[in-house]
Amino acid sequence: MAKISIEDLKRIKEEQRGKMVLRDGTYRAKITVHMGTCGIAAGARDVMTAFRDLIAQKDLTDVIITNSGCAGLCSKEPMVTVELSDQSPVKYILVDKEKAARIFKEHVMQGKAVEEFALARGSETTAT
Amino acid sequence: MCASPSYRMQFMLCAGTGCLASGSLDVKEALDRELAKRNLQDEVQIIMTGCNGFCAAGPIVVAYPEGILYNRVKPEHAPLIVEEHVLKGRVVEKLLFKEEAAKDRVPLMKDIDFFGLQRLIVLRNRGLIDAESIDDYIARDGYAALAKVLAEMTPEDVIEEIKKSGLRGRGGGGFPAGLKWEECRKYTSFPKFTICNGDEGDPGAFMDRSVMEGDPHSVLEGMAISGYAIGAEQGYIYVRAEYPLAIQRLQKAIEDARAYGLLGEDILGKGFNFDIAIYPGAGAFVCGESTALMYSIEGKRGMPRIKPPRSAEAGLWNQPTNLNNVETYANINPIILNGADWFASIGTEGSKGTKVFALTGAIANVGLVEVPMGTSLKSLIFDIGGGIPKKRKFKAAQIGGPSGGCIPSGMEDVQIDYESLLSVGAMMGSGGVVIMDELTCMVDTARFFTDFSVEESCGKCVPCREGLKVMYDKLTDIVEGRGKEGDVEFLIELGHHINNTSHCGLGKSAANPVLSTIRYFRHEYDAHIRDKHCPALVCPDLIDFVVIEDKCKMCGLCYRNCPSGAVIWEKKTVARIDLDKCTKCRTCISNCRFGAIR
Repeated sequence: MAKISIEDLKRIKEEQRGKMVLRDGTYRAKITVHMGTCGIAAGARDVMTAFRDLIAQKDLTDVIITNSGCAGLCSKEPMVTVELSDQSPVKYILVDKEKAARIFKEHVMQGKAVEEFALARGSETTAT
Repeated sequence: MCASPSYRMQFMLCAGTGCLASGSLDVKEALDRELAKRNLQDEVQIIMTGCNGFCAAGPIVVAYPEGILYNRVKPEHAPLIVEEHVLKGRVVEKLLFKEEAAKDRVPLMKDIDFFGLQRLIVLRNRGLIDAESIDDYIARDGYAALAKVLAEMTPEDVIEEIKKSGLRGRGGGGFPAGLKWEECRKYTSFPKFTICNGDEGDPGAFMDRSVMEGDPHSVLEGMAISGYAIGAEQGYIYVRAEYPLAIQRLQKAIEDARAYGLLGEDILGKGFNFDIAIYPGAGAFVCGESTALMYSIEGKRGMPRIKPPRSAEAGLWNQPTNLNNVETYANINPIILNGADWFASIGTEGSKGTKVFALTGAIANVGLVEVPMGTSLKSLIFDIGGGIPKKRKFKAAQIGGPSGGCIPSGMEDVQIDYESLLSVGAMMGSGGVVIMDELTCMVDTARFFTDFSVEESCGKCVPCREGLKVMYDKLTDIVEGRGKEGDVEFLIELGHHINNTSHCGLGKSAANPVLSTIRYFRHEYDAHIRDKHCPALVCPDLIDFVVIEDKCKMCGLCYRNCPSGAVIWEKKTVARIDLDKCTKCRTCISNCRFGAIR
C-alpha cells in the first residue's frame, strides 16, 4: 500500500462502499430470484448466476441480488422479481439465461419492464 | 479482504470477546465448510465484525441484505442456515431472536427494541464493518474527518468545534473535551503527547473494549485529530493487558494506517506528522487515573500525584499531555463531519450526544447499548434491556462502578445525564450499569464494591488505604451478624471522611457505593444489625433456614435440590430443614418458588 492523498481516500471510500452496499440498505434495484425446491429444479441457479455475472461485468454497486422461497406458482418457475426503488415490483416467469439478460438490460438498467415475460406487477395482498 | 462485487449475501458474524467466548469462530468454520461444500463461497461473504452489543444472545449472525438477525447460532446450525437461508431464501425461524415479552419471533434488527431504540454515534460501525479492514472503515466515512481537519481547519478551529459540540469526557469525570484540548494547546513546550485511556477497569464495564475491538480506527482517527489540535506528534494508547483482542486489533489498525500514510510523516500530504504506540497496562485499577497512567507509561509505579500542575501543562515525561477516554475519541469523527450543532442537538442541556452503557446483572438483554443523553433509566432497563428475567422485581441499578452509586426502584424515571445522576447520588462513570433484582442484598453489594476498592487502592494516601479497610471490616461484621447500633452512623461519617480527604478521584468516590446504599436502603442495614436477618436472603449467617409453614406448598423442590440431604420432606407434608446438616449454601432458597424459606 502506498501513502495516500485526500483524493485517494475518497476513491477508496467509493470503491469499498460498493462492496458494502448490501449492508447499507440503500440500493436502486433489487433482483429476487425465487429459489424454492421447484425453482432450483427448474434452473433458478443458472438465472441467479447470470444476474450475478451481469452485475459484476458492469461493476454496479447499487443493484443487489437476493433470493427468496417459492412464489407459489411452481409451474412457471424459474421466477424472478425485479424491484426498482421508485416502482412497484414486477414478477417474471419462466426465466432463463437469455431472458435474464434482456430483463437486466431493459428493466434494471433502463427502467422499463419487459412486458412479454412479466406475470404481474405489485405484491400479493397479505393478512397484515 | 478479497471482495468481489458479485457477492449477493453477507453474513456479519460477531467476533467481539463475548461472541468469541460463546463460539463464533466455530460457527464461522462451520459456515465456511458448508458454503464450500455447496460451492457458494463466491456468493456469500462471511465478515467478522466487532461486538454487536447483544452479548447475551451470542453468537450473533446478521444476514444482509435483509438484515435478519440470528442469535445463539451454533456450528451445527450451519447446514440449516445455508440450506434454508442461502439456497432457498427462507428465514430460519428457530434461530430468530425472541423478545421475552413478545409472542411472535421478530426477525428484523430495526424491529427489536434492543436495537431500535438505540442511537449509534460511537458504535456507528458496529456489526457493519470488518474490524480488521481499514477500507471498510474508510467506506463509512472513516478518516474523512482527519482529511477535513488537515485540509480546511486550523487547530484553533478544531478546538472551537469540539468546544461548541459540548462533548464531555466519557471516562467518568465529564470534563469538557474541548476545554482540555484548548488548555493543552496553550503550552508551547515540545514534544507534546496525546493519550487514549483504554484501561477500562470498572466491574461489569466493557464499552471501551468493544470500541477498540470493533472499530479501532475510530480511536486512531480521534487521537490524530486531537494531536493536530493540541500540537502533538506522538500518541499512546494505554490498554489493559487483559484485553488481548483489543490490543491485536489496534496493532493491526495502526499498521494499516501507517501503510496508507494516515499515521506517520506528512499525513495525507498535508505536512502533519503523527504516530501512535500501544502501551499494555499491567492490570492495576488505579492506572485508569490519568497521572498514575502516565507514570505507568514512564515505567514507574502507577500512583496518582497531586494536581496542579495539570497534565495539560506537565504530563507524560513532564511534557504537555492530553488524555481522553476511548469513547471520547470515537465521538470526534462524527462531530467534525456533521458539525458541532448536530452533536449539540442530541442529548440534554448539559450533556450532549450519546453514552454507551454496558448492561449487566439481572437483566434480560445483557449487552452493550448506546442511547442519547437524557434517556430515562426506565427505558434503558425495561425497553432496551428487556426488563428483569424470571418475573422478578427490579430493585436497583448500580451505575458508575466502584465510584458510582445505586439508584433504587421508584426512581427509574431519572434521566441519564451527568447532572441528574449526580443529583441522585450516582455518577455517569465510564458506563457500567449493573441491574439488581429483589434477590440482591444491598449491604452485600456495598461490601463487594468496597472489597474491590480495598484491593485496588494504590496505598499512597491514608483515607483510602486505611479507611476503606476499616469500612470493609465493618461491613463484614454487619453481614456476618456482628453489627451493632451506631454502625451505620459510623459508616456514614467514615465514608464522608474518605471521600473528602482522599487524594485522587478514585479515593474521593470510593465510599459512594456504601453511602448511596445507606441513603436508599437504610432499612436493609437496620434489618441486618437489629433483626440479624438479611431480607434478600443472601448473607448466609443472617438467614434462619426455617420453612414458613403457611407459604410452603409441599412441592419438594428444596428436598430434591439440597446437596447435603438437610431437607426433610415427604409428599403432602411441609418441608423441614435439619440445621445440623445444613451447610447454608442457599440452594433451597433459590429453588423455592414461593418464598417459603426465611
